[in-house]
Amino acid sequence: MSEKGTGIAIDAAKLKEIEKIIEKHKNEGGALIPILHEAQDLLGYLPEEVQKMIAKGLNISLAEVYGVATFYSRFKLNPKGKYNIQVCLGTACYVKGSDKVLAKIEETLGIKTGETTPDGKFSIESARCVGACGLAPVMVVNEEVYGKVTPDMVKDILSKYE
Amino acid sequence: MGKVNITIDGCKMEVEDNLTVLEAAKQAGIEIPTLCYLKNINQIGACRICLVEVEGARGLQASCSYPVSEGMVVHTNTPTVREARKATLELILSNHKKNCLSCSRNTDCELQALAQKMNVGDVIYEGTHEDEKIDDLSTSIVRDNSKCILCRRCVAVCKNVQSVGAIEVINRGFKSKVAPAYDRPLKDSNCVNCGQCVAVCPVGALTIKYDIDRIWEALADNDKYVVVQTAPAVRAALGEEFGLPIGTAVTGKMAAALKRLGFNKVFDTDTGADFTIMEEGTEFITRLTENKNLPLITSCSPGWVKFAEHNFPELLDNLSTAKSPMSMFGALIKTYFAEKEGIDPSKIFSVAVMPCTAKKFECERPEMDASGYRDVDAVITTVELAKMIKEAGINFEMLPEEQFDDPAGEATGAGVIFGTSGGVMEAAIRTVVEVLEGKEIPQVEYEEVRGIDGVKEAELTVAGKNVKIAVVSGLKNARNLMEKVRNKEVDYQFIEVMACPGGCIMGGGQPRKVLKERKGIDVRGLRKGALYSEDKRLPLRKSHKNPYVQKVYKEFLGEPNKGKAHELFHTHYTER
Repeated sequence: MSEKGTGIAIDAAKLKEIEKIIEKHKNEGGALIPILHEAQDLLGYLPEEVQKMIAKGLNISLAEVYGVATFYSRFKLNPKGKYNIQVCLGTACYVKGSDKVLAKIEETLGIKTGETTPDGKFSIESARCVGACGLAPVMVVNEEVYGKVTPDMVKDILSKYE
Repeated sequence: MGKVNITIDGCKMEVEDNLTVLEAAKQAGIEIPTLCYLKNINQIGACRICLVEVEGARGLQASCSYPVSEGMVVHTNTPTVREARKATLELILSNHKKNCLSCSRNTDCELQALAQKMNVGDVIYEGTHEDEKIDDLSTSIVRDNSKCILCRRCVAVCKNVQSVGAIEVINRGFKSKVAPAYDRPLKDSNCVNCGQCVAVCPVGALTIKYDIDRIWEALADNDKYVVVQTAPAVRAALGEEFGLPIGTAVTGKMAAALKRLGFNKVFDTDTGADFTIMEEGTEFITRLTENKNLPLITSCSPGWVKFAEHNFPELLDNLSTAKSPMSMFGALIKTYFAEKEGIDPSKIFSVAVMPCTAKKFECERPEMDASGYRDVDAVITTVELAKMIKEAGINFEMLPEEQFDDPAGEATGAGVIFGTSGGVMEAAIRTVVEVLEGKEIPQVEYEEVRGIDGVKEAELTVAGKNVKIAVVSGLKNARNLMEKVRNKEVDYQFIEVMACPGGCIMGGGQPRKVLKERKGIDVRGLRKGALYSEDKRLPLRKSHKNPYVQKVYKEFLGEPNKGKAHELFHTHYTER
């Protein structure tokens, strides 16, 4: 998963906050995961710069921080786009072909699940059941739910957000 | 430590209570198959090959990480156990790229050996190959994740033994893979090229980057004058690749093989080591007298140098500016030697055979060209040299013992022991003490620096001064010590650092040790013994007594660490 950065600079006040978070946990056993949680709560995602700060603060390597951050799906490495697309990969949606819908979205936007387009407009996430199994397969753009989606419909849906 | 009574496959035995089932079984003469297991380094039960039945326990247990307890009854060879192990192995194989015939680890692969041992037939699972991309951008190491079995040995060594942490398991499930942060190429990470990951990889997922073809090409080029030098640790291990007993010094056969391969001159890097001692010793005396930039820290281990550049930028002024023996000798070959022999230095192709994968990186450092030419043109490891000898059809065992070529000829014992942890320090002491005292000192051997501990220390009195020294090998040990130096908790004047645990003899470019160590062989001790015996046998054992060294300073270099010697033999470091 690569960070296709949107070039959003993190403001200095927030970096100070991150430093405080690291300081608060650094002497605890298993400090990494709570720090990642709090940093993500603050920023919405975990930029490389912040992962490096955490690695330095805990005297571990960047690879170790990255390894943990990519293991848990709750951690995000990229900021969400203006329009966040979720495709349900729950059982009902999956058997109705939501994986093909997801593949079509990835192909159309040129990014993978978990990534954000370079212009910051779209991001893609996979979801586990949004509670609309009767409409399977389902995709959600921000708050708007689309049901019975086929790969052919993807282009039209996305064009509404151009 | 207490004892417990256990039964393994019907065999009742009393064993120490801190053993794992795997270790206890071994005492009973039962070899439980393992794959991810690496004693004291990786005992995490990740691969599930070492499964056994323990009566009363739920499901099968990974014997490598399951402790023995009183009254335990273990079965290692039931149909359930065999089927489970075999299914696990077949699943591992299903995701493994099986181009065994062209794999550089063919016949030297633990997975291949296990498949044979466990009677695996055709693999019925289809498997998936998530990552077919090969990362060969590093100077030293090639990563091929399509062969990786996710045993995590490399991660454990990199993180826990070397404290580098360049690689980790990233992502999850089928997308799990061993990679640097952001799945970047190794060359863009904090990897120091020590190759300890390569040394423990059971398969061909992490391998040495071969430079063999470049050497063949140069040897076939009539326009090139091809010179080779060999590091001390190479002679202590090369024989292992030809079935000779571990710890056999094959100096003479190695020189003979290199001549038969067609090198125009075959030199001994030990001569370079003698120059390094002259330079570094002089540097130490100056710093000690001026009480400046102490402790002096050795810089001949390129893995350590890059590690320091990443992690200890504030200590870079303490690193000796002296180049390594390889690079010093390289610089000398393209200047003094070329001039003496009347050879155009641009026609010289200078090869170094090293026990070390990081030497390939050192060779490529842009600053290693003070003579106007690259100090060394290509580095191959001990393993690569063995492959070349085999490819050339040379019967190594039948070779006569031959000498290195003049004019450099035989080096001193001080140069030989550079290949083992403590050797550089001992070589330096032999010279520094005599120079400072201004007289011959009968003591040659310094036992305090020869032990196997990761950190060794000693105090010496030199010319009325008390000198505290430390010798450290393995980068985690180095990190711990350097943190103390940085925090001024210790006050050494001289520290030797080697990146690989045990020093160059255990370098990432040496023949594989894992299976030998599993048989209980003390690979490190035997290789070390080969070097100390050679040192003992040599008539000259102090670098400054080497007549060739004396001659070159007199005719060409002048004084150590001044003028031409400084220009050719010293370097600088950069924060990374």
